[in-house]
Amino acid sequence: MSYIHIRGLEFSYVNELEEPPVVNKVLKGIDLDIEKGEFVAVLGHNGSGKSTLAKCINAINLPEKGEVVVDGLDTIQEDNLLPIRKRVGMVFQNPDNQIVATIVEEDVAFALENLGVEPSEIRRRVDEALQTVGMYEYRMHAPHKLSGGQKQRVAIAGILAMKPDCIVLDEPTAMLDPKGRNEVLKTIKMLNKEQGVTIVLITHYMEEAAQADRVVVIEGGEKIMDNVPKKVFSQVDIMRNLGLDVPQVTEIVDFLKKQGYDISNEIITEDECVEALAKLLQGRTEQ
Amino acid sequence: MIKDITIGQYFPGKSAVHRLDARVKILLTIAFIVMLFIADDIAGLGVGVAFTFLTFIISRIPLKMMWKSVRPILIIIIITALLNLFFVHTGEPYFEWKFIKITDKGVETAVFMVVRIVCLIIGTSLLTYTTSPIDLTDAIERLLSPLKKIKVPVHELAMMMTIALRFIPTLIEETDKITAAQKARGADLETGSIFKKAKALIPILIPLFVSSFRHAEELALAMECRCYHGGEGRTKMKQLKLKLLDLWGTLYLCLFFAGVIVLNILG
Repeated sequence: MSYIHIRGLEFSYVNELEEPPVVNKVLKGIDLDIEKGEFVAVLGHNGSGKSTLAKCINAINLPEKGEVVVDGLDTIQEDNLLPIRKRVGMVFQNPDNQIVATIVEEDVAFALENLGVEPSEIRRRVDEALQTVGMYEYRMHAPHKLSGGQKQRVAIAGILAMKPDCIVLDEPTAMLDPKGRNEVLKTIKMLNKEQGVTIVLITHYMEEAAQADRVVVIEGGEKIMDNVPKKVFSQVDIMRNLGLDVPQVTEIVDFLKKQGYDISNEIITEDECVEALAKLLQGRTEQ
Repeated sequence: MIKDITIGQYFPGKSAVHRLDARVKILLTIAFIVMLFIADDIAGLGVGVAFTFLTFIISRIPLKMMWKSVRPILIIIIITALLNLFFVHTGEPYFEWKFIKITDKGVETAVFMVVRIVCLIIGTSLLTYTTSPIDLTDAIERLLSPLKKIKVPVHELAMMMTIALRFIPTLIEETDKITAAQKARGADLETGSIFKKAKALIPILIPLFVSSFRHAEELALAMECRCYHGGEGRTKMKQLKLKLLDLWGTLYLCLFFAGVIVLNILG
């Protein structure tokens, strides 16, 4: 069984204030497998159910039908709640709403204090987590004086201190400026590559998704695509119909291809694009 | 603008008063209040005054902060003084006119009460000047922890206090933003009678209220994700340990306390 094993997952939000209660089915039978050490990006436009899916992974939302199993632990069993949340950490969109304490290092220690870890061990792991995200010098600062990107890195450190196997990030860069977005993305990639942390990144920035090992596209509560970024983004028309963008470079090569130029459409990074265009231009000068 | 206000009036520093354990500081403050109230003559109160000033000087807090801490309750002090002056009728009268009678005892009580209240305020504000809010909540949680046995939710109360402190700057920032947004739409916040001004605050308070609910919901979720499940089985990264300094601090207060008691007995 894969590390995160999702089968036939269904979930609805019920508004009980209305009479009769309004049931809004958000997830309509999702199958998804995520292996340890993978970097998976989840795409989908607003209301597609991608955040709901994320909350199902660490037992915040419990499946209405189907099953979600993390590292062999079924989320439906209450005893598994803490072990699962220890394994799967979650980072949210708004950094302000996930920082609990008034000092950076106290906040990073929060999860470990909850888990009843020894004080000396907490100290060690807090320092380690802060060093990993490059926020060690700011450990005595008040969170509200940090920039958005720095706050988000503190939030990541708070999760990292738990030493989770997997981190689920729900649009962690949506509220950040380009600089902050870059800082956070770099941190995420480093965690994945160097520390082997499984990453599930929910985003609507295609450039971010392009850096993942795998892209999953969710639409109307169903999984539409699940493939490597190149294969997903090369289907420019399908993506457009779903109301999603593709990386800018993919758009350029798609345009050129439609104009009849001989260029691969499996291009998602700027470097690849430059190379392909150079080749194309060189071919023309030689003719 | 309002972003600059300090919360809890904490003045960071490294003086001996700052370095005292927050728990010890709270207990010493309580002892100090008791000391002020058992001093029953001018000499005893003098010891209290000496203690207040000496401690303030040791803490290296700017002396003008003394005046700042007393200013908000100046009216209460004046009223207390006047009440004592006019309504204490024992002792030798200095001045008598119709029903007004001022006696030496009255003057003495008035001065006594004023000095006592002023010392009380200065001494207790020294606690908040020299202790960071987070240390203060931490210390309160630990001092009250015996109450857990009688089912007082001590941990939850301390957690609430911490979160409230944490969100003050966030909410202030948001108030600034909402105010600017409402002004941009032509909201008039500055002119008109006091009632009109109060009414003008509604379009600021309602969005602020709504957004604090949103903050609360998301924060609760984030806390759950980080395995928060109440105070049970929780540990703390920072262990408060009593140092030699705390012993000296306690002895320092004991010295003055003993002085007051001796003066009481002699007097």
